[in-house]
Amino acid sequence: MSISVQHISKSFKTVNAVNDVSFEVKEGELFGLIGPDGAGKTTIFRILTTLLFADKGTVTVAGFDVVDDYKEIRNHVGYMPGKFSLYQDLTVEENLNFFATIFGTTIEENYELIKDIYVQIEPFKNRRAGALSGGMKQKLALSCALIHKPKVLFLDEPTTGVDPVSRKEFWEMLKRLQQKGITILVSTPYMDEAELCDRIALIQHGKILQIDTPQEIVKHYPKKIYDVKADNMYRLLESLKSYEHHYSVYPFGEFVHYTDKREDFNPQELQQYLEAKKHQNIKIEITKTTIEDTFMELAK
Amino acid sequence: MKNYNVIEVENLTKKFGDFTAVNSITFGVKKGEIFGFLGANGAGKTTAMKMLIGIAKPTSGKAQVAGFDVFTHPEDIKKNIGYMSQKFALYDDLTVKENITFFGGIYGLSRAKIKEKRCELVEELGLGDIVNELVGSLPLGWKQKISFSIALLHSPTIVFLDEPTGGVDPITRRQFWEMIYKSANNGTTIFVTTHYMDEAEYCDRVSIMVDGKIEALDTPKKLKEKYNAINMNEVFLKLARITSPALPQGKGANI
Repeated sequence: MSISVQHISKSFKTVNAVNDVSFEVKEGELFGLIGPDGAGKTTIFRILTTLLFADKGTVTVAGFDVVDDYKEIRNHVGYMPGKFSLYQDLTVEENLNFFATIFGTTIEENYELIKDIYVQIEPFKNRRAGALSGGMKQKLALSCALIHKPKVLFLDEPTTGVDPVSRKEFWEMLKRLQQKGITILVSTPYMDEAELCDRIALIQHGKILQIDTPQEIVKHYPKKIYDVKADNMYRLLESLKSYEHHYSVYPFGEFVHYTDKREDFNPQELQQYLEAKKHQNIKIEITKTTIEDTFMELAK
Repeated sequence: MKNYNVIEVENLTKKFGDFTAVNSITFGVKKGEIFGFLGANGAGKTTAMKMLIGIAKPTSGKAQVAGFDVFTHPEDIKKNIGYMSQKFALYDDLTVKENITFFGGIYGLSRAKIKEKRCELVEELGLGDIVNELVGSLPLGWKQKISFSIALLHSPTIVFLDEPTGGVDPITRRQFWEMIYKSANNGTTIFVTTHYMDEAEYCDRVSIMVDGKIEALDTPKKLKEKYNAINMNEVFLKLARITSPALPQGKGANI
């Protein structure tokens, strides 16, 4: 195991940030912590990167205990915090050099590992980090987290607030790093990114709701989901919510995801109900369960 | 949705030195419409929005918002719109009630009106238990719902929402959109930016900005047809190329 987390808990004053969390990440795995703001993801990252003590539980990373061997761990992990934490008034190259020196290495020695990412910002190597765009800062931070060739890479919400095109590129970059043998623990509030991980843990209010592969996790969803569509979305939502047999009603892109309380639900009945409510162009079709559906059901 | 425009923009341009952040954009937004304003980081969305809410002066072009000209009457615009920034902008160390009173006062509502609005809000959002809690202690989802309601306190014609749901959990994100639908249904115009492409589908019309220009503008349905895409995410990926990395970006840069 590359990361082993056993029953950790952490409280701040009255807030139970992490509550009896356990999970394991295999060597070379791309593992995702999926959950909204305030779920406890950052606290877990800080415990795993030896920056914070857990109140309870044990953690090993790359075979080392996070408490007893904290100094050793720091040589083997790279950490990219959610908040940009490089030196704003050092240049791109100075930042990278700084981190290389701290870890007793040089840019040249591990250039191969970061090349893919660093070439994109190398033309601006004399620019101060503070003057970089968001996307460039992210690439610099990732380069700095990789410069000492870590075995395990921790990425805390690397794509929050990032547009879909840049997010897609970032994930392609992660896949290439994984192929180089680096174990990656990444957190994200975007449920669609969960599908790109080998395994995921869904997390909310400091508790893990479920751990599995993205393909398996949706099988924990107990019901059949129907896509429902009609001309006026707002009215459709109102009508579905006032339908006595509804179990859940959530807008999902151009459709509403609808589930029914009854085992023997017949979509035809719902069709008639909506017609009676004067909806136009009604469509009801069975659809695939997504990770987001599963998350919402578990988080209820 | 009424058939007249509450936002009317013509060849609106903003330059910073040699850099054209917003390049001659033209569009209109109807009363009661939910208008999605999309684009990659650095495409110029925030700059465009700042001009529309009267806090950045355009370099050239024309724009009317809520019936007022952005060049000559920015102060009148501010009184007639609501704005919810991506960065949470309520006071963390005031209670929910104090925040409502404070912002009501800023917008010039009478004490009686503030009280009335507050009671409405408490009822509607189910704030009964938390109205005397410090805002800083609330989960993000709550904060965003309260921010949105406060942006609507003075019954503005238009409300501008800058990435209102970033990082919010999926259930609250949907509750938030139901609030949006409801206000639009009551005639408030919604101008919203988001990086969640499922949310783009909830909009009546969507514009996609690329490198300072509006590359596409239509209903989600027509955009999907036009770009032969199964969803808005695909439309976005086809259209929104990354801006040249040499260009400084908007809010992403935090310079």
